[in-house]
Amino acid sequence: MSELKQELKEKIIEQLNLEDVAVDEIQDNDPLFGEGLGLDSIDALELIVMLDKDYGIKLADPKEGRKIFESVQTMAAYIEANRSR
Amino acid sequence: MNNNNFIQGYCRIKDNTVLKNGELLFSEDSGTLNEFLKLAYQHFQTDYSKFFKMDRLSKLGFLCADVLLNNLKENNLFQENTAIVLANKSASLDTDRKYQKSIEDLDNYFPSPAVFVYTLPNICMGEISIRHKLYSENSFFIFDAFNADYLWEYTNSLLQNKKADSVLCGWVDVDEDSYEAFLYVVSANGNLNHTKEEITRLYFTNE
Repeated sequence: MSELKQELKEKIIEQLNLEDVAVDEIQDNDPLFGEGLGLDSIDALELIVMLDKDYGIKLADPKEGRKIFESVQTMAAYIEANRSR
Repeated sequence: MNNNNFIQGYCRIKDNTVLKNGELLFSEDSGTLNEFLKLAYQHFQTDYSKFFKMDRLSKLGFLCADVLLNNLKENNLFQENTAIVLANKSASLDTDRKYQKSIEDLDNYFPSPAVFVYTLPNICMGEISIRHKLYSENSFFIFDAFNADYLWEYTNSLLQNKKADSVLCGWVDVDEDSYEAFLYVVSANGNLNHTKEEITRLYFTNE
C-alpha cells in the first residue's frame, strides 16, 4: 500500500503538471482538491483517465470520484480493492 | 474612424528572447520552447502554478501579456476594462496534433481532458483574463500573416464604441519549432501613435 501511495504521488505530480510540488510535500491524507493541492475539475477528469489507463478501473459514475479522490490515501484504498492491472 | 489612441507599451517573445518596449529583458538559449518558457517564467518570478498546465500557445501568450500588463500595473496605467484582441496563423494546431496523437490508436485510446481543453486558440485569452481578472470583450482571429490593418480597425472600434478602456492586442503563434508573440496595449494615453504604420513598424523592427 505504501508503494502504491508513493507511485500515486509521483503520477499525480507528473500527469497533472504540478511542477512546483515535490512528492514528500504531499501527505497521504492531504485533500487533493480545494485547500490541499488545489486541483480543479479538469484534473479530476485526468485522474479518472489515469485510473482507467494505469489500473484498469472504469468509473461508471463520475460522481464516485468525489470520495475516491479525497486524498492519496482514499485513492490507494480504492485502487487496491478494484484494480484489474 | 477616431484615431486619438496610443500604444502604451509592447512586448515581444521570439528567438529565445523577451523584449519590452524594445528593451531586452531576458534571453536564454535553451533546447525547446517549453524549456525557454519555463526559464522565462522563473526569471520573471511569475508564481502562478497553473502556468505549467497550459499548452505552449497559452504559455507564450500568457507570459507576454504578463510582462506587459504587470509593467502597466507597476506604473498605475493598467485599466480594468481591458479588452483582448489576438490573432495568429496556426490557431491551436500545435495542441490539436498532440491531441490527435492521443486518440489515433484505438487499442490505446486514452484522450487527455487536460490536452483537449487547449484545442481552441481562444483559451489563451481565457488564461490571460483569469490571471488579470479581466471580464472584458475578447476576440481571436486567424490570418495568414500579421494583419496590422485589421487589428487597428477592430481595436479602434472597441475603444470608440466604449466597449473597452484599453485593448491588449497582437499576434501569438506556435507551430512546431516556430513561435512568436508580439503584444501591445492601446488606450487613450501613451507615447506612440496608434496607427497602422506604427503597428507595422514595431512588428517588423523585431524590437
